[in-house]
Amino acid sequence: MRLELEKRAEHSAAMALLSPVIALALTLVSGAILFAALGQNPARALYVFFIDPLTASWSLQELVVKATPLILIGVGLAVCYLSNTWNIGGEGQFTAGALAGSILPILFAGFESPLTLPLMLLMGVAGGMAWAAIPAFLKVRFGTNEILTSLMLVYIAQLLLDWLVRGPWRDPAGFNFPESRMFTAAATLPALADGRMHVGAIFALIAVAALAVVLMKTRKGFEIRVLGQAPRAGRFAGFSQNRMVWFAFLLAGGLAGLAGISEVSGSINQLTPVISPGYGFTAIIVAFLGRLNPIGILFSGLLLALSYLGGEAAQVALGISDKTTRVFQGMLLFYVLACDTLILYRIRLGGPAATGKGA
Amino acid sequence: MTATTPTDPPAIGRDRQGDILLEARGITKRFGDILANDDVSIALRAGEIHALLGENGAGKSTLVKILYGALEPNGGTLHWQGREVTIASPAEARKLGIGMVFQHFSLFEALTVAENIALALPRGTAMRELSARIREVSRDYGLTLDPQAIVADLPVGIRQRIEIVRCLLQEPQLIIMDEPTSVLTPQEADQLFLTLERLTLEGCAILYISHRLEEVKRICHHATVMRHGKVISECDPARETAASLARMMVGSAVHDLKRGPRPDAGAVRLELRGLSAPADGPFSVAIDTVDLQVRGGEVVAIAGIAGNGQGELFDLVSGERLSSSGSVQIDGQAAGRSGITARRRAGAAFVPEERLGHGAVPGLRLSENIVLTRHSTGDGLVRGGFVDTDRAGELEKRIKNNFGVRMSHDDAEARALSGGNLQKFVIGRELDRQPGVLVVNQPTWGVDAGAAALIRQELIDLSRQGSAVLVISQDLDEIFEIADRIAVISRGHLSEAEPAETMTRERIGLLMGGMEDRQGGATHAA
Repeated sequence: MRLELEKRAEHSAAMALLSPVIALALTLVSGAILFAALGQNPARALYVFFIDPLTASWSLQELVVKATPLILIGVGLAVCYLSNTWNIGGEGQFTAGALAGSILPILFAGFESPLTLPLMLLMGVAGGMAWAAIPAFLKVRFGTNEILTSLMLVYIAQLLLDWLVRGPWRDPAGFNFPESRMFTAAATLPALADGRMHVGAIFALIAVAALAVVLMKTRKGFEIRVLGQAPRAGRFAGFSQNRMVWFAFLLAGGLAGLAGISEVSGSINQLTPVISPGYGFTAIIVAFLGRLNPIGILFSGLLLALSYLGGEAAQVALGISDKTTRVFQGMLLFYVLACDTLILYRIRLGGPAATGKGA
Repeated sequence: MTATTPTDPPAIGRDRQGDILLEARGITKRFGDILANDDVSIALRAGEIHALLGENGAGKSTLVKILYGALEPNGGTLHWQGREVTIASPAEARKLGIGMVFQHFSLFEALTVAENIALALPRGTAMRELSARIREVSRDYGLTLDPQAIVADLPVGIRQRIEIVRCLLQEPQLIIMDEPTSVLTPQEADQLFLTLERLTLEGCAILYISHRLEEVKRICHHATVMRHGKVISECDPARETAASLARMMVGSAVHDLKRGPRPDAGAVRLELRGLSAPADGPFSVAIDTVDLQVRGGEVVAIAGIAGNGQGELFDLVSGERLSSSGSVQIDGQAAGRSGITARRRAGAAFVPEERLGHGAVPGLRLSENIVLTRHSTGDGLVRGGFVDTDRAGELEKRIKNNFGVRMSHDDAEARALSGGNLQKFVIGRELDRQPGVLVVNQPTWGVDAGAAALIRQELIDLSRQGSAVLVISQDLDEIFEIADRIAVISRGHLSEAEPAETMTRERIGLLMGGMEDRQGGATHAA
């Protein structure tokens, strides 16, 4: 008796959409078993983890605040992955965007005008693009592996941030804490409601809508899919692989940079040595869980934001380690990949002495 | 399809058969819903060259893989010298005395002949002894080989000899050969036939898979014809005609091509002048000052053995790669510096050799694959940057109906189509534009006989409407069927195109081997 994976002739479109839902259901079932093994009432634990954060206005807003960078980075990464460009450095581009966008409010704090915010956002986008341009250039010019270069640039960006807030950008009136000065009102993204939710959420919605149209309806979207699935056919169609590498990196870098400056300006309000709980990396899960589809990423971004909140809630209410968040994220990714495999392949039991026509 | 009866009663040929060596009885193999082999029985006798005929998808490779232990049958039995056996792996097949020479070579180019052969033998064979044995075996069978030569330096015909010698060193009693002549010049093929003859005289059995019916008629003693996974008939190929063999394979008569008289020479619509490009990688071929004119109204064919620069030349003509020197003119306009999209706009159309992954994206639907080559050619498929999917759907229906593309459901993904149907689509997509210049690389490679005849007819018809058609092909039968003029490519250099009426197979064979004196011939690839 042995298991064989057999390629399916054609793939069910319905199943491709259902797969993340099935994966989520399986994650919940496994989560319930996990909680039971930890000695918790599974129903209550799941409630605390996944439902409770959705019941209060403040926590709903917090959900949106956490989902905003995940979605902004995730849709950019989706374009990269669809075009077969493996940008793993969303976290670095996020940081670079936050740094570039903070130049105005930190070094030119006196410059307060209606132009301040738009300029900050533009510089944030430019910073993320510049950071993403490095692996793009290295790949196009020297054929470097972009997975390595974009990933290594994450650590460079983080160390640059660390050095700036401890050194040249440290707040002179900050009692020697490694923090920049607080942003003035003119440099702060307006809030959307009474709580922490800010305008960045609208940027995320615009990015989702715009990229959904580009990917599904336009020639650019077609080009992205063709070059991603069959580079040789892409060349035959007259599309340039190198230009696509530039496009994907600059787009993803720009969006990650926008996410970075939005997070700093709208939520943290100053630079600190750590400005992200790993949004740039979690966004990779968001992109794949959302089928590399902008609309899907909107939902998967909210879901993974919920897993952050649920982890905190479970820690407080049940005394479970916040590592459960990681476990849930890991199980989710595992089930999504497994479901995807079953869309492409079917499992067959092959016996050594299989029978003939009756099989 | 089971209703079709073979046209001739099974006739067992020239009684030269010895004892039955390997017999398969009632072999069945199922892949999902498809029965690749349905109750297949075949008996291979010592001293006999046994042809296995059938179109692509008839189940030949499945059967061969089962005989060689690479696939496990769902039902049926195998008998080796009368004894029931299970052949669970190629290693077990070799142990029994079954050897196989594959169509695609498995050689390491950077190693010597002797090293490559040593890799296939049990560990601990001394290299010096092995070299001596290689010399001995290759001399005995007329397969001259230098054990110390590096494979990368050897032409394809010699590489095949390495595979054969490697197989012979294991002293097999049955040798399976998959399309052995597809990469050989006519002269090299003759050499191979002498070797096969000698092997059969020694009592070796040979299972010979080929599409080339003339060759099967010439050397095979017995033939088994398969269609749709079943054995349709057995016959003595020497007593059949190529046409009757083809009929058995296809199940219906393959209609003859209609070639109208060649119109008077029209204007030159495609001109290559001094086209050159260095090799793109270690095992690609440099293109060396290619000159060619194709006039409106004619089909010009480029013959050549695989790997002599056909793909590289196609890329330079299509504009997927730009040449380092020389020019390309389409309808008198210089196009050598412009990419493939500009060349399409100038009225040219291209069909590459590889259907899936080059000519079409496997995971995209046919209507999307139309956008692939026609997004910028004024077909209204893209308006203001947006793709018009309705228009793409219309074109898809038109091409499907005009060129008889069959698929399981409407607008299927490219990968779901059979090879022949996808090829009809890929060529139909370009013909539908009525291009002034059409360049096709291997138009009927791996396509069944019925679809091949249709495609060839379409190419002739296009030329007779005044277009210039350039066909690159390895199939000499095809070339003689459709070409008005023939040129031969050898190591990246193109011979002068000559009228098909004055070309002979022999002359093409000599040109394929690079026998003609060539100017500046020092630039071929390693």
